Amino acid sequence: MSVDKDTVKKVASLARIAIDDAAAERLVPELNNILGWIEQLGEVDTASVEPMTAVIPNRMQLREDVVTDGGIRDAVLTNAPQGEHGFFTVPKVVE
Amino acid sequence: MTDVTELGVAAIRDGVRKGDFSAREVADAFIVKVSRAKALNAFIVETPDHALAAARAADEAVARGDALKPLAGVPIGMKDLFATKGVQTTAASHMLEGFKPVYESTVSQRLFDAGAGMLGKLNLDQFAMGSSNETSYFGNVISPWRRGGGDNAPLAPGGSSGGSSSAVSARLCPGATGTDTGGSIRQPAAFTGISGIKPTYGRCSRWGIVAFASSLDQAGPMARDVRDCAILLEAMAGHDAKDSTSLNLPVPKWEENLSADLRGKRVGVPAEYLVDGMPSEIAALWQQGIDWVKDAGAEVVEVSLPHTKYALPTYYIIAPAEASSNLARYDGVRYGLRELAEGANLQEMYAATRAAGFGAEVQRRILIGTYVLSAGFYDAYFTKAQRVRALIARDFDNAWSQCDLLLTPTAPSAAFALGEKQADPIAMYLNDVFTVPASLAGLPAMSVPGGLDKDGLPLGLQIIGRPLDEQGVLNAGLAIEQRAGFTARPDAWW
Repeated sequence: MSVDKDTVKKVASLARIAIDDAAAERLVPELNNILGWIEQLGEVDTASVEPMTAVIPNRMQLREDVVTDGGIRDAVLTNAPQGEHGFFTVPKVVE
Repeated sequence: MTDVTELGVAAIRDGVRKGDFSAREVADAFIVKVSRAKALNAFIVETPDHALAAARAADEAVARGDALKPLAGVPIGMKDLFATKGVQTTAASHMLEGFKPVYESTVSQRLFDAGAGMLGKLNLDQFAMGSSNETSYFGNVISPWRRGGGDNAPLAPGGSSGGSSSAVSARLCPGATGTDTGGSIRQPAAFTGISGIKPTYGRCSRWGIVAFASSLDQAGPMARDVRDCAILLEAMAGHDAKDSTSLNLPVPKWEENLSADLRGKRVGVPAEYLVDGMPSEIAALWQQGIDWVKDAGAEVVEVSLPHTKYALPTYYIIAPAEASSNLARYDGVRYGLRELAEGANLQEMYAATRAAGFGAEVQRRILIGTYVLSAGFYDAYFTKAQRVRALIARDFDNAWSQCDLLLTPTAPSAAFALGEKQADPIAMYLNDVFTVPASLAGLPAMSVPGGLDKDGLPLGLQIIGRPLDEQGVLNAGLAIEQRAGFTARPDAWW
């Protein structure tokens, strides 16, 4: 499988990264080079192998469903690029 | 008087304890060293006040006759991937420039609780993505090493923990934190003639470490020798309820149980690591390492890890996939950079912020990750890679029926010059050919210096162990260290 310029632009859009036509053109061979290389996994017979999701057997630990932290609104907002009245602010999303 | 910057972690700890010198003298000496080493660009932020405060606490404890904390008087460098409260934490990105966390990462907190002071935040590849420290927004880190014969080409300190390797190697700090996703502790350690260990996945909490690939990321120490690594790792490791993958196990006494006696141990040599085009010096060092562990009493056996050649392509599906998911958090809303053109809407703000805040390699990996996770390709790429990952882990499981440890070179070459591999991402990725398999299997692995190549540059040997057998890895590292007698140092040109 290989990508073309339109696919690159679509993927960039999914990833929310603005790229112009020139960048998309440049990325086509770069990404195809990498994708072509990783496709060698196709040689491996994995028909009877379960996908691995955890490398070290470790039972997920559940904790009491209680509040352990909070009440730190101002600390949470400290690094916000823009915050007002105790909220994060963003460009208008509802007309 | 002793130049305390010539001392490692254990010697500083013991010297402060015995009253040979004060923690203040140690902190002052390293602070001066750091301030005069700007040419290496190893630090993004210097934090002398932090180091001095920890030194003061240590000296006061000595004066009172209190029991000293395990790292009292020891100043360290902190990879700028660990969130440090009130101190800029950037992951070497424009995205997080100016970000001052309001919390402390678990690993850095543990080190501070153990008495360590922080000299500063160490440069790295942006979001830990790279093998040469050339992707940092804050500029390349330069290795203190240079090739012999008057070639002054600046060399890569390895990556992603390149600030850590450069700083420890140049004696700017006795030890430093690193993180390792596919080799980011071991390869830079090998390039700069120092030691570094990535523990078993789950030994160190990932809480407060800027996430790259969560199923692979592990913290670990980088220091001048094996004992210092054991000391630092003991302070860094331990269960943390804030990381659900953190292992709920006691932290072994790795330092106390160090032993270079390898009698009764079987050391496996994987045939598949003898890759085409391996420089003869690397092959010779590997053979030398085999002889050293035999000399230490180990039995050496040849083993097979048949899926080794698929480890890198597997990694370059899984790691970017996880990165594309982890890095979705950088949206210009809650912290970090925001790019908002006049009249732009929310979606345009996201896209502009991420275009401006992420460097080229980070963007490339996010795009690859997004592609392999996208509808129609998920099974062909991502699920396939997870299946091959299982086979790679199974290879190791099979090997453990024949041996207790594995011995390999750490990297396929010595340090290369900056810019030398920038043009071809895959050539850069191939640097991690020997380190990635153990990462995919979550195994403890360390690099120790073995010798120099013909240009006078350090080469490292890697020891890989069974899950949770950091002790076995450290002990084999110690046996090699004692026999290698590696004392080479870069000339202080910076």
